[in-house]
Amino acid sequence: MMNRRTVIKAVATGGALIGAGVLMPRLAMAAWNTDAFKADNQGAAMKALLGAEPSASSDVSLKAPSIAENGAVVPVTVKTSATNVESISLFVEGNPTPLVAEFMIPAGTAPQISTRIRMGKTSVITAVVKADGKLMSASQETKVTIGGCGG
Amino acid sequence: MAGIMKVKAKAKKGATNVKMMAKHIMESGQRKDKKTGELIPAMFLQELTVQHAGKTVFAGNLGTAISKNPYIAFSFEGGAKGEELTINWVENTGKTGTETAAIK
Repeated sequence: MMNRRTVIKAVATGGALIGAGVLMPRLAMAAWNTDAFKADNQGAAMKALLGAEPSASSDVSLKAPSIAENGAVVPVTVKTSATNVESISLFVEGNPTPLVAEFMIPAGTAPQISTRIRMGKTSVITAVVKADGKLMSASQETKVTIGGCGG
Repeated sequence: MAGIMKVKAKAKKGATNVKMMAKHIMESGQRKDKKTGELIPAMFLQELTVQHAGKTVFAGNLGTAISKNPYIAFSFEGGAKGEELTINWVENTGKTGTETAAIK
């Protein structure tokens, strides 16, 4: 007989199975962190994703233009001299949701990532490197003349 | 089906440099339709994974602040000309894809 309890249980197991299927090929990689990506405040996004806020470090280098004409496409390169790098994440403080992306760096992959991001307005970009359990960051302000979030 | 990924992977001195671009609108869910004034629902690539010889060499969780037609460059140790990379992507809508690219 299907009472409320069994229905919930069935739904929960089904959901877990679907989740497992999606996660399978990605080994032990962190799943897409909904809380962190939806957070509208940079501090909250960092805490949700990384557990704490990072401290600035000269071991992290963030390369981004100081003036971006078009906020829809801002090229960014992050690299670090740290060893045992686990992940590199990018935040734009002034965006509606500051977390831009999280990149996992498996052993053997160089701790250097280039990508292109969107910025709604002039803001500080922060790159956070997680290495050896430590959180290190580098920040830079980029001025945006045309925002990348409007239509 | 033609893939959405454009990948340039080059083996050099024991490492492989990968530059990849996905053809994707990366709709953020914050834009309004100019005619109706309603929000256009979000549609973006959420996860990207690259594997080489059964090992994950790159994985990214992407948000809506990644530009349209996402471009990502990285490099990893190993890889040789003619070998294959497998790229898996997941859209926020649940749509997934697996594509391969050869290392040059």
